[in-house]
Amino acid sequence: MLGGVEAAPISRQTIAMEPAPVTPADRGAGRVSNVAIDFTAVKKSYGEKVVVDQLSFTVASGKCFGLLGPNGAGKSTIARLILGMSTPEAGKITVLGEKVPARARLARKRIGVVPQADNLDLEFTVRENLLVFGRYFGMTAKDVEKITPSLLEFARLESKADARVTELSGGMKRRLTLARALINDPDILILDEPTTGLDPHARHLIWERLRALLSRGKTILLTTHFMEEAERLCDRLCVLEAGRKIAEGPPHTLIDEQIGCPVIEVYGGDPNELCGLIKPLAQRTEISGETLFCYAPNPEQVLARLRGRTGLRLLQRPPNLEDVFLRLTGREMRD
Amino acid sequence: MWEQYAAALPANAWNWSAVWRRNYMAWRKAALASLLGNLAEPMSALFGLGFGLGLMIGQVDGISYVAFLAAGMVATSAMISATFETVYGAFARMNAQRTWDAILCTELTLGDVVLGELAWAATKAVLAGTGITIVAAALGYAAWPSIPYALPAIALTGVAFASLAMVVIALAPSYDYFVFYQTLFLTPMMYLCGAIFPVAQLPIALQRVAEALPLAHSIDLIRPAMLDRDASSVGLHVGVLCLYTVVAFVVSALLLRRRLMR
Repeated sequence: MLGGVEAAPISRQTIAMEPAPVTPADRGAGRVSNVAIDFTAVKKSYGEKVVVDQLSFTVASGKCFGLLGPNGAGKSTIARLILGMSTPEAGKITVLGEKVPARARLARKRIGVVPQADNLDLEFTVRENLLVFGRYFGMTAKDVEKITPSLLEFARLESKADARVTELSGGMKRRLTLARALINDPDILILDEPTTGLDPHARHLIWERLRALLSRGKTILLTTHFMEEAERLCDRLCVLEAGRKIAEGPPHTLIDEQIGCPVIEVYGGDPNELCGLIKPLAQRTEISGETLFCYAPNPEQVLARLRGRTGLRLLQRPPNLEDVFLRLTGREMRD
Repeated sequence: MWEQYAAALPANAWNWSAVWRRNYMAWRKAALASLLGNLAEPMSALFGLGFGLGLMIGQVDGISYVAFLAAGMVATSAMISATFETVYGAFARMNAQRTWDAILCTELTLGDVVLGELAWAATKAVLAGTGITIVAAALGYAAWPSIPYALPAIALTGVAFASLAMVVIALAPSYDYFVFYQTLFLTPMMYLCGAIFPVAQLPIALQRVAEALPLAHSIDLIRPAMLDRDASSVGLHVGVLCLYTVVAFVVSALLLRRRLMR
């Protein structure tokens, strides 16, 4: 399978250590259990503050499940609860058939984690980081050496094997953290804001690598506050605010259900005055700062109404998760 | 209920070794500097006090003052090495470097991590203690054949003080608090426990205090071993040090669970 000569250059990116790609429909098929992670009415608070509030969701095997929410929505706490690093006050958590936190150690054998903040061993080289981490899973140096080349290829770090972590760029460090998370060939990957702080190029490379993992049948739980990331990667999303689930479903279903029509953004002018002008033509309007958002099934009518007015900048675009999120949580509150 | 506390205890008898090996790998990269740093202070104390004061004091307990002091410095350096490795090294790995965070995402439990750190701190104590023992033996202040008997006592001293320091890092909000532990606990203990002068010189009340302190028991094991004398109450000394180790280990693991696994 590795490096077939007949493979077209384009497939080289996904060829490292992986079997034939699985189509999204096949993901999770033929498994003993279809459920990778199950939360039932989970509650967690720190002092007075409720961080996770009666949260229930199910992550299907082989799918990418996204937890989407602003900072402080409880995303990282949920990741810690899954790993058994935090104990819920109420509710039930099952991960890969193991009760968590009681049997979290057994679940963790089959989980890989990319934490929000890099915690690589800075004094070690790339190769040494993998070796040290493999030992935490009971692997011998030989076991780790055997899979190191394929992990480095996957992370595009072949040329950096003997570089110290301090010499790596932010994107390279993230990719090494991802490679490290794969050392135990996990069934589930938990990624806590994997691309926060990365430049667009590095971010796209991570996304491409994550899609490659999904095509290998891995289950991914992703926390993010990037709408684009959630939209691109996730099969299913749970939108959170202050520890509560405010919506759940596939990204496009959420967009269709909550918005369902094109969006026109109007910059400039007096938004309140403009709002009155176009309200009859729109399904819904919202003002955020000095921008007027207009959700209209017939955007041409709205554009026609505004044409001829000077000093306005108009942008028509399809609806996205940002619109969903802002509709559900209230745009004004957020800004 | 009890299952929740399982995370604070070692999962098995060998998981800790992965943590020990990680620390060893990191230490190897700066081994020489680390060794020099660990040995310099007790050595300068040994030679400064030993030869300086030794001239005035002459004999103590029927031996030269340098020979008397050497055993005290071995025990003290084991105490200090194990403590510093824990309060600075392990604390950094727990806090700033987030090494523990990474480890806790793997098969290892918090108990495994704590045990690995204790074993590593004890290893550094053995390195420091052995280094001084060898220098003392080379200068004729310790008996070569008895060094193997001193080693287990040095190791036990290391584990006991590493465990105590683990309790300190479980409670300390920042590095600043470690100074208190050193100045209020470790330094007075060095003076009370017979490292620099015989405990018999102290008022009776302070002698009683010394009997309860771990360093006194370490010195009572290490000094006879180095001087090739018969040790008395070995069981008691070993028992007290083991008790300190086990109690401090369990307390630290539970405190760390509360701190890290909220």
